Amino acid sequence: MNVIFTSTHAKKPRFLGIFVALAILAGCAGPTSEIYDPSEQLNRQFHTVNIGLDRAVLRPIATATVRPGGGPVSQGVLNFANNLSGPSTVLNNLLQLRLGQAVENTLKFAINTTIGIGGLFNPAKAMGLNGRDSDFGETLHVWGFGEGAYLEPPVIGPTTARDLSGLVVDIVINPLQIWLPAPESYVGTVAGAASKVIYRGRFVQTVDSVLYESADSYAQARILFLQNRRFELGQKAGSDDMIDPYEDFYAN
Amino acid sequence: MQTKSTLTRRRFAAGFALGSVALALPMPSAAFTENDAQALIDKVVVDINAVINSGKDLPGMIKDFERIFGRYADVPVIARSVLGVAARSATPAQMTAFTRAFQSYISVKYGRRFREFIGGSISVVETQPLKSYFEVETMVTLAGQSPFDVRWHVSDKSGKHLFFNIIIEGINLLVSERTEIGAMLDRQKGSIDGLIAEMQRV
Repeated sequence: MNVIFTSTHAKKPRFLGIFVALAILAGCAGPTSEIYDPSEQLNRQFHTVNIGLDRAVLRPIATATVRPGGGPVSQGVLNFANNLSGPSTVLNNLLQLRLGQAVENTLKFAINTTIGIGGLFNPAKAMGLNGRDSDFGETLHVWGFGEGAYLEPPVIGPTTARDLSGLVVDIVINPLQIWLPAPESYVGTVAGAASKVIYRGRFVQTVDSVLYESADSYAQARILFLQNRRFELGQKAGSDDMIDPYEDFYAN
Repeated sequence: MQTKSTLTRRRFAAGFALGSVALALPMPSAAFTENDAQALIDKVVVDINAVINSGKDLPGMIKDFERIFGRYADVPVIARSVLGVAARSATPAQMTAFTRAFQSYISVKYGRRFREFIGGSISVVETQPLKSYFEVETMVTLAGQSPFDVRWHVSDKSGKHLFFNIIIEGINLLVSERTEIGAMLDRQKGSIDGLIAEMQRV
């Protein structure tokens, strides 16, 4: 792991970004089973901005173009965007030393790019290769970095200090960005934005209920994001996150 | 289980002795097993699959979900848990009213969510012990999407086998609703009667 890390650093000065991000992270290893939100006031202001953006831009575009549940076209775009993130996922799998997943995600990328016509279709799934997405935020988790503070930056939305640093690193080390020339390399960003629109349209009711029907949409978005992200990272919520209401009774 | 083997006098005596020991030991949870927990969720799954494929309209589906909730979930315990510390200062009458309001609130909220499951199916994957209860893992398969993970926590502490928590892709009903009910209570400046009135409007 160290070898990969230092040798790439030597070749590309932009890998300095990783160290900047890691330096930021070093200062923020917050608790993992609780909510750590030291900049809640600022986050709440950004949340209001994000709600405004959703109301004015994302939701209208999503409801106009995608029907709830989605159709074959939106599925094709999602497949395409997901396939483009394949090389980045594999790179992170390698950094995590999860070689089995690296192999599976490589096969998936190879099959879907060729037989799946540039990733528009997902024939790998039918062959039993589901794959599993990964990112540098997860790599940092595997390396033992704590989650850090909860954050809700404008446009990006709910995240953590660790995941935000991971996002920055992913942009820098994305193999597509490095392999492809300038205009083509933006295709990943565009596809990523399109899939955001599609998910907003597919789950319009669920997202609406969180953003517009909650008593406190900031707190609700925060708890939903953190629980789901911790589950994704396989942080066994089982131990201290799970409530035993019967136990609480006897404690009362 | 003994029916097929020959029941000798000695075996009978041994079995009888073991049985008396079992009876004498205080083992309240001995009767509640993984199989019981899974059997409950098997029933829930059959009922939910029937609802999401019934072709009923939304109000009809929500009514069905409320019935499933009332039959298989420990609603009083869920309601008390999501109310948190405020439950300690509530009167019994307020708790009854809150529990009733909560049951229809949660059925509407989760019933709507389950509408996205139309045409899909739920199946039981496995069951494991957790703390003093069991976690039954199920998988929801929807057309054109990766399957996702729904877990049910089942306990016998109420005297019956009932579920008291649902965890969808890590998102825990009790934790999320504590946040939401807490925020509603804050908006009512801590008034439980105000909270009950607000919940009946939802």
